[in-house]
Amino acid sequence: MILTKEQRAMLEGRQGETMAKVVKTLVMYGEAFGAERMVPVTSRCGHTVISFGIGVMRPVYQLYDQLLNANAVSRQPFSADPRPLDKHIPSSLLQDLVFKVMYSQQERYEEQLRKLGLMGEDAYTCACYLPEAGNTPERGEILSWAESSAVVYANSVLGARCNRNSGIIELMGSIAGFVPEFGLLTDDGRRADWIVEVRTSTLPDAQLLGSAVGMKVLEKVPFVRGLDRWLSRELNERTCAYLKDFGAACASNGSVGLYHIEGTTPEAADLGESIIRENAPVYVVDDEELQRVKDSYPCIWKDPDAVPKLCFMGCPHMTLGQLREWTDRVEESLRAAGNQKVLIPTVFTTAPAVKAEFEKTEDARRLKRTGVVLSTICPLMYMNNPLSKKMPVITSSNKLRTYSSARYYSDEEILAKITKEGK
Amino acid sequence: MTKTFQGRVVTPGAAKAPALVSHGGFNTLASYQMALMFGDKQVKCGDQNNPDLYHKPMIGKALCLPETIGSTTGGMVLYCACALGKQPACMLFSKPIDSLAASGAILAANWTEAAMPVVDSLGEEFLAYVKDGMTVTVAEDGTVTVEG
Repeated sequence: MILTKEQRAMLEGRQGETMAKVVKTLVMYGEAFGAERMVPVTSRCGHTVISFGIGVMRPVYQLYDQLLNANAVSRQPFSADPRPLDKHIPSSLLQDLVFKVMYSQQERYEEQLRKLGLMGEDAYTCACYLPEAGNTPERGEILSWAESSAVVYANSVLGARCNRNSGIIELMGSIAGFVPEFGLLTDDGRRADWIVEVRTSTLPDAQLLGSAVGMKVLEKVPFVRGLDRWLSRELNERTCAYLKDFGAACASNGSVGLYHIEGTTPEAADLGESIIRENAPVYVVDDEELQRVKDSYPCIWKDPDAVPKLCFMGCPHMTLGQLREWTDRVEESLRAAGNQKVLIPTVFTTAPAVKAEFEKTEDARRLKRTGVVLSTICPLMYMNNPLSKKMPVITSSNKLRTYSSARYYSDEEILAKITKEGK
Repeated sequence: MTKTFQGRVVTPGAAKAPALVSHGGFNTLASYQMALMFGDKQVKCGDQNNPDLYHKPMIGKALCLPETIGSTTGGMVLYCACALGKQPACMLFSKPIDSLAASGAILAANWTEAAMPVVDSLGEEFLAYVKDGMTVTVAEDGTVTVEG
């Protein structure tokens, strides 16, 4: 790899042994993928996927102490994934005890994040790119982020450039101020490998379509046609919210880091079909295919007929528009069923800044009256222990389904279960 | 019978260990989470979706796999496994390595004392040939020999 004079000096220890190891790590990372040079990180902010202080991850906190002792901190402020705890979420005494033991390093780790350059106390969200959250990159900017759902959104909807980095590596890019140039940072790496033809009879659930596409194309780049029959080609609030959920499912059910939507996402709108590689295979998604994918999900509950004890919505975190829309839907559906409150304990999760904005409105009071709890927690972290794993939890998040024992239902099915059926 | 495969060295080193083979993608977080959390000395695989590995001890094995999948915490998890001395003897990829596994291997090589050579691009034939329990030897130049 060809390094600049300054980068070479850093690698040789001009800024200390620890910084030299940071640069060496990034060089080896780039060399594994044939990168020929480093490029500057040009976004205003970074984003880290590690937001949890789990006791067993103490090597991470020791490494971060090492960085802090050497004053190797981030050159840019950064946001972090959601916190793993929220006392407002329904839980048993035993669960509370497990959470306390499991996240014994949370305070220590949050202090480390503050010293390393965390944007602020409200910077904990997986949807850091939402306008209210204050970390929205511009098109063409180079990022050093990790968190698959944020990376795929930044690449696809915002046109920024970021690889699917791992936790720790993303912080090292923000510390060094540069990252190796390969994959999704290059024009060639951003060309579409697959064509996806959507031929469903109605707008598919974003999370189900994303799952189907992710499972089919794995780490490749899809070019999606046919969504403009229902979705505006303009990147408005509704379209962006849909693409947020679509992308998160693509990224977790496969490992998609970038997708193009015909006429909608920046590169597809500008470059059209010239962005598609020659002889790209075509994947047709119709109603039958989506049903096939949905039917393929295993139910890993001990009792498949168990009554759900909890419903999570908002993985990734919900937008302001989604909170408003779901407030209307829950309220109307409860009214139609003659019920006052949701029949299954239900949690909507969103970014702290979005929650604050939402709570300024009457909608927040309406949502509260339905019994839905609004939280900024990470549902995945809540599910990430043996006790929660045994709970029958339902969700319309395909990411949560993939990484936990939560059972997936479509948005319509979830609405019916929490407002009418109670099971 | 002995068969030799040539791969590319991602992180250098030599190793000799019994093979443990995953034919599907290796979900790093799901595989290690419970074993690390509960201090399982054998580091048994916790990924229910991986029928090849579920409940099998991973520590000290020559982990043979196509690629890793799952959460972007994957590299961090692999780094932690190495830092805690719970790593496989080596990781041998049939495909070119993915960014998350590469991150974990490189973090481990630079920031821990753990020895875990990683070789990729060994080809589909490698994964079709190697079976659980066969003796695998990894040389510094990325040559992988399978006996058994």
